[in-house]
Amino acid sequence: MSTTQETIARLEGAATPTPPVRSSTLLARALRLWRTRIGALFVLLLVIIAIFGPYVAPHDPSEFITLPNTPPQGNAVFGTDYLGQDVLSRFLHGGLDLMVTAAVSTALGLLLGIAIGLVAGYSRNALDDVLMRAMDVMMAFPQIMLVLLAVSLVGPQKWVVIASIVLTTAPRVARVARGAALPVIERDFVAAMETMGQSRIRIMTGELLPNILGPMMVEASLRLTYSIGTIAALAFLGLTSDPNAPNWGTMIQQNRIALSFQPWGALLPIIAIALLTLGTGLIGDGIARTAAGIDRKRDNG
Amino acid sequence: MKTQQQTSEAVTTAAVRVKDLSISTTTGIQVVSDVSFDIAAGEVLGVVGESGSGKTTVGLALLGHTRSGLRITGGSVLVGGEDILDLQDGDLRRKRGSVISYVPQDPASSLNPALRIGVQLREVLEAHGRGNRRENEKRIAEMMREVALPDDPKYLARYPHELSGGQQQRIGLAMAFANRPRLIVLDEPTTGLDVTTQATVLSTVRDLAAAHGVAALYVSHDLAVVAALARRVAVMYAGRIVEVGPAENLFKSSAHPYTRKLVAAIPRLSGGRALLGIPGHAPSPGQRPPGCSFAPRCPMHLAACDEEVPSLVPVGEGHSARCIRAHEVVKQLQVSVADRVDAENPDANEAVLTLRDVVARYGKVEVLHSINLTLGKRECLAIVGESGSGKTTTARSIAGLHHDWSGSVLLGDQELETAARSRSRESRRQIQYIFQNPYGSLNPRKTVGESVGQPLSIFGIAKGVEADHRVAEMLEQVSLSASYSRRYPDQLSGGERQRVAIARALISSPSVLICDEVTSALDVSVQAAIVDLLGKLQHEIGVSMVFVTHNLPLVRSIAQKVAVLADGNILEYGDTAQVLTSPQQSYTRQLIANTPSLETTTRASGLNIG
Repeated sequence: MSTTQETIARLEGAATPTPPVRSSTLLARALRLWRTRIGALFVLLLVIIAIFGPYVAPHDPSEFITLPNTPPQGNAVFGTDYLGQDVLSRFLHGGLDLMVTAAVSTALGLLLGIAIGLVAGYSRNALDDVLMRAMDVMMAFPQIMLVLLAVSLVGPQKWVVIASIVLTTAPRVARVARGAALPVIERDFVAAMETMGQSRIRIMTGELLPNILGPMMVEASLRLTYSIGTIAALAFLGLTSDPNAPNWGTMIQQNRIALSFQPWGALLPIIAIALLTLGTGLIGDGIARTAAGIDRKRDNG
Repeated sequence: MKTQQQTSEAVTTAAVRVKDLSISTTTGIQVVSDVSFDIAAGEVLGVVGESGSGKTTVGLALLGHTRSGLRITGGSVLVGGEDILDLQDGDLRRKRGSVISYVPQDPASSLNPALRIGVQLREVLEAHGRGNRRENEKRIAEMMREVALPDDPKYLARYPHELSGGQQQRIGLAMAFANRPRLIVLDEPTTGLDVTTQATVLSTVRDLAAAHGVAALYVSHDLAVVAALARRVAVMYAGRIVEVGPAENLFKSSAHPYTRKLVAAIPRLSGGRALLGIPGHAPSPGQRPPGCSFAPRCPMHLAACDEEVPSLVPVGEGHSARCIRAHEVVKQLQVSVADRVDAENPDANEAVLTLRDVVARYGKVEVLHSINLTLGKRECLAIVGESGSGKTTTARSIAGLHHDWSGSVLLGDQELETAARSRSRESRRQIQYIFQNPYGSLNPRKTVGESVGQPLSIFGIAKGVEADHRVAEMLEQVSLSASYSRRYPDQLSGGERQRVAIARALISSPSVLICDEVTSALDVSVQAAIVDLLGKLQHEIGVSMVFVTHNLPLVRSIAQKVAVLADGNILEYGDTAQVLTSPQQSYTRQLIANTPSLETTTRASGLNIG
């Protein structure tokens, strides 16, 4: 291969510049991909189940309807669990809490992480190092370990779960936010605002933030996936504020012993959590691919 | 006379013959139509055109290559009697780098940063079956000498990042010439290089092509560079060659109105005339009119122009133009316009901005040593210099974007803090900055209206309806319509973006405008229009300007005073006309001599014009 050949190969990508895409259209564009659509379908389906499930549940979730671990029969479509409660009813009641906790903690973690990332990146001084080294230390421990530590020290209250997930999500988000913001900080429109004395906070929210929304949306779906997994794992370990309340994670733990003869008690929540995380993952992947495609073209333009 | 003989010889002994080359998108939109030309062995043919004219597409087609989304739909490229466009992939690959080679615009990206340059040079030889190691060593040494670089093993063991831009580009040239090709395509290889470096690269190209009988196609947007290098020039517009002929005739007595306009847009060292931009912009592929593509912008437009695409009309020896009125156009005098720059300025003695002993550092390195400058009211002061001279650092220090400097900068009689953030709001309003790259200086997520209106809210000048009204007014002033305020930057051309940046800088009525290489990313005709606009606004609004540029002839068209900067020192400082016509320093003289311009080349060749 001669150098000329290589040069030409490099020019292949240099098509006509495509206009940069505003983030409102990023989601719309991502939805043109099948993976994003399938992901959105999964998530939508489970959100509907979680929200409207309690209203259509045939039984009260804590009502003992027949013998424990009964296989599917007339008044229990998916059989009963280890205490003789209706599996379907407990499943329909058990999703909302998990989803709300995951969504709230991820959203707060994102906000905190983006704020730390932008402040660190834009500070251009020692603060950057201090903040990012602190984040590195946090990231040295697996998320589940820090969350378990917090829950076992303080107790399995809802606020402890949320706070510990927020604090473990933020460092990972901060890294990505800082990385995405650094090239934007060097662009002249930021310098233009600086010559006019625009305040730092306005530069971060008005100039930097809109330009990193693409990667942050990808990060959001990834973090949501992890949060769902972590919260479900905590419930599986029995670390919830009310161990008797219906909860997908608790259900798996409680019914796994009957897996060979009455699998539905564990299987139903397993499928639900799998589809939910798969769905958020697929959406994130779709956005990432769309953003990457757009960015590649933009860089060459 | 000698050239004309050579030109007619060239036609008979053409090494490269391109005939009726047509390229369109895969969706069927014509991008390049009916391009035909010959290049003789040892001859350099210049192809000039503005962005989007199809010049690079033609250059790549000569290697049998098209960018993705394009395909060659017709015509032939004969190199040594063989049609490149008929070759199969394998054969084509063997020809590339050996029979035809390519020198790209950006040398840094065409060299592999992970390999030593010696290794890369050897690769080029080995890729085409020259396996003998000792012979290759000798060839590499020879190649290095040809491009005037050291050939010792220590130098060859360097990595590309250890070389300067000019050295990298000469390595690119050495590679391109390594296998003694018949045709070499150079795509703006000197864009981004200093004039001095550019001059050496250009003479290397010319000498090598002549010495080895290589036909060269030199693609460029810079007419002056092409005029300095090529005997024959083809001008492209909207995918067609609109005029082709010997360089002297083409530029002195252009036969196509577009060429004439383009020549008028080029700044000259010799006279401080106002520059003329070309109104409107070139039609993009798919929107080209059925007749002459230039007709909608042409001052000599006739009804017949819209009927069919004119064919090339011969107007002289080897000189023809795609214009039905070519014979009339060629007889016209080249337009000249009265000076605007040297107009009387009674306010110039009143200092608006003063720099006293400004010393700037990057870390421990001192990049500016004691700079003293004064900017008078309504005056335009140009700061010129090559890259690394400290001109941009000077500008950024004045604006408070570069913080690490000492000395004093006075706005009127008030001393300024080093950093913009620690200055008063009023002094920040008074000094406005326009950046080099209009693609980077506007936030892609903000509409034009939001960007232009931002200073109004930052400085608390106006808000709401009043602000909208001011934005609309400002957009009109920079020759954009108020309807632009709802658009996003990606919907604008480079020239339009720069107008938006100018509007944003002027809306707060500053007293000092700092322009940092504001036209270097733009086409010549757009550059002319922007410089014209700046000159006009300077007079209307009475703003003083600091105009930073590497383009000496441009200085003549806009600035009353000029400071020549080299290595962080001011070498020469005075009235523009005086400095440029009788420079006192040898550095300035050298800089002027190395600047390619239309006059110097036509003067030097001393030919009579047909």
